[in-house]
Amino acid sequence: MKINITSENGTAIAVLCGEIDHHSARTLRSEIDRFVITMQPERLAMDFSGITFMDSSGIGLIIGRYKLMKEWGGQLEIRGTQPYIRRVLKLSGIERIVKIV
Amino acid sequence: MKILNEMKIILPSNSVNEGAARAAVSSFLIQADPTVEELSDIRTAVSEAVTNAIVHGYRGTKGNIEIIVRLLSEREIYIRIKDRGCGISDVKQAMEPLFTTAPEEERSGLGFSVMESFTDKLRVSSKTGKGTTVTMRKRLGCNGNC
Repeated sequence: MKINITSENGTAIAVLCGEIDHHSARTLRSEIDRFVITMQPERLAMDFSGITFMDSSGIGLIIGRYKLMKEWGGQLEIRGTQPYIRRVLKLSGIERIVKIV
Repeated sequence: MKILNEMKIILPSNSVNEGAARAAVSSFLIQADPTVEELSDIRTAVSEAVTNAIVHGYRGTKGNIEIIVRLLSEREIYIRIKDRGCGISDVKQAMEPLFTTAPEEERSGLGFSVMESFTDKLRVSSKTGKGTTVTMRKRLGCNGNC
């Protein structure tokens, strides 16, 4: 599991690579939160184009970051989801609260 | 239904073994020539069941998780995942979408919903203090319409 976080015009971009499960989600959560809490960006974009597997732990990761961003009125955006990941997202109904590009 | 091949693995309840369980089940099932989507569904369902055993079954303790995968006739896959953890007092409630007893770990409460959606049949039996057994079946090559 790899993560690369950068910042551009008030948007924090977290590019995720590898597999998201309960084991890897803990590391991702702390890496993203450390960056985002310090920077408090207007928008956090989580890029899933490098994700090869995701179970419902990914949903927990997204909901947790959505709640965190809301603390200072920021927005969360999900990018680069493969069809397989979109099936898991659809099952959760998360597209009703989070923008999926 | 005739058992054509079978694999049994036992893994300690370390979270790193969620990936190991998925990889082992995938490798075994390659002989059944599943589609990418079918294999993806099975990997996800296995990941959910193993994670439940680690996070809920053995919460704060350690134990073993037993995984049995059978390749049956008519391209049916049978998977049984068993723990000897704390068990579930109310299985019906635990299977409700979004129900979770571990919100602090950002568990979404969708584990059983994913298992149910990504396989053809799901059975959960549990006894408090004894453990939980999850059994899943999926027929390959029928796109959910068998």
